[in-house]
Amino acid sequence: MSKITYKEPLKSRVDRIINSENIAGYVFILPWLVGFFVFTLIPIVATFYLSFTQYDLLSPPKFVGLRNYIQMFKEDPLFWKSMSVTFFYVFVTVPLKLAFALLLALWLSYKSKLTPFYRAIYYVPSMMGGSVAVAVLWQRLFTSDGVINSILKLFGINSNISWIGNPKTAIWTLILLAVWQFGSPMLIFLAGLKQIPESYYEAAIIDGANSWQKFIKITLPMLTPIIFFNLIMQMIGSFMTFTQGFIITNGGPVNSTLFYAIYLYRRAFQFYDMGYSCAMSWVMLIIIGILTAFIFKSSTFWVYYESKEGE
Amino acid sequence: MRRSKVIRTFLFHLITLLFGYIMLYPLLWMFFSSFKDNSEIFLNAHELLPKRWLFKNYLDGWKGFAGYPFSVFFKNSFIVTVIGTIGAVISSAIVAYGFARCKFKGKGFWFGCMILTMLLPYQVVMIPQYIMFQKLGWVNTFKPLLVPAFLGQPFFIFLMIQFIRGIPDELDEAAKIDGCSKYSIFTRIILPLISPALITSAIFSFLWRWDDFLGPLLYLSKPELYTVSLGLRMFSDPTAVSNWGAAFAMATLSLVPSFIIFIFFQRYLVEGIVTTGLKG
Repeated sequence: MSKITYKEPLKSRVDRIINSENIAGYVFILPWLVGFFVFTLIPIVATFYLSFTQYDLLSPPKFVGLRNYIQMFKEDPLFWKSMSVTFFYVFVTVPLKLAFALLLALWLSYKSKLTPFYRAIYYVPSMMGGSVAVAVLWQRLFTSDGVINSILKLFGINSNISWIGNPKTAIWTLILLAVWQFGSPMLIFLAGLKQIPESYYEAAIIDGANSWQKFIKITLPMLTPIIFFNLIMQMIGSFMTFTQGFIITNGGPVNSTLFYAIYLYRRAFQFYDMGYSCAMSWVMLIIIGILTAFIFKSSTFWVYYESKEGE
Repeated sequence: MRRSKVIRTFLFHLITLLFGYIMLYPLLWMFFSSFKDNSEIFLNAHELLPKRWLFKNYLDGWKGFAGYPFSVFFKNSFIVTVIGTIGAVISSAIVAYGFARCKFKGKGFWFGCMILTMLLPYQVVMIPQYIMFQKLGWVNTFKPLLVPAFLGQPFFIFLMIQFIRGIPDELDEAAKIDGCSKYSIFTRIILPLISPALITSAIFSFLWRWDDFLGPLLYLSKPELYTVSLGLRMFSDPTAVSNWGAAFAMATLSLVPSFIIFIFFQRYLVEGIVTTGLKG
């Protein structure tokens, strides 16, 4: 209409731009976005590239094609050893830990004034979790002159073996350590138990259900989303176990506790075999990916979501 | 009827305490062994209470190894843990607000990426990160342990998003009408309201960073830079240790900060696990 055009001052123009939802969103997530590219995405791609090279950090990476992968699968018994140790550890630890967590969550849902205090006590070992102090302690408990043998002696069992020094028992001490730390999944189960409406149980009692039937027909199905969550988190966590194994047994005796993460660390930082180690980490990523996808797929058969009921 | 209830209550407390005692026994054993004479620790090892209480172990242990006292390791651990925690909490809160309250193009995609990184094993990014930090000359400084912390931590971002979603939208709307920009809504309205989530994240961050072993192991190779984890490992090397009393004394001390945090902030810790766990 008029020829005079209003010239917006610079400051308000800047204000308008940075206040638009699109820009504001990116301004807020910028720290994570930078971190994601620099510390996650680029490293993953780099790991993939390096897995096809021979690289010792000193001379530039040399492209060797599939050699690392071929060597890993065909010529490296330690790779297979570490794989089988890790799988054994994961498949024993995770179910045991979750079973304990669920059992104790049910037990500690008993109403009493002291229950919160008890829950706290049971959580303490988990909180001390990956500390070196606990690892050192564990090592001392299971040596030949350690506490476990001393207790066994009280029961008339004279055992002089070092539990961590014996290839047959060493892995079990690490499993026991992991199971001992069942606190986090226990707390998540407790929260899940609270969500189950009391009326379900009341209805079941009227129908004459006993405790076992209530557990199987109500508690367990209602908890499946939480079992699912715990299962995934614990599985991934167990696959990456490093500190405890590294300090308590350092993979020994005779590689009986050579976790995948320990072997990977060794190849990288003791043998400076970066390319090989990168190939190992990609194999780890693929295995965890497949297992996670498998659990996700299977969840349609066993995870029960209440909202589906009404559909 | 009544009597059976009394018996049941009694049994509940008895069994819970008994099993709790077994659970805590290893930690109690370490605590009491830290006051024992070296010769006593593995003699009748199952006995908890020391015959004579020795406080000398703490003095001996404090001297550390190779001329580096534990005060150095504790100082380093505090620097790494406190600065890292502050960075992680602040940056995660900013990012969480962006995801929870701003509508922007590509949000769903980036959110998916963030959730996926929560499931990503550290080993996959470990080596390139190491190479990068080495090229930057950051090895044997605290930077590799601190800088990434300032760029948000997916677990905390997720926790805070869940928390922000519980705050009614109307508050934002009202503030907007009053002339608040997205940025001042964040600092004036949201930030104070999510303080429980900030505290929860800070506690987890503190506990994890304090216990972290792999990070310092990769990046710190000079004893004057060692954190408590590294110092403790050197100090209690089975081939070198002769004084287990002192080693246990330092191990016990290393658990004290975590334990204090636990005592004071237990409620937030439990709530934090519950919020993330349930809605995950």
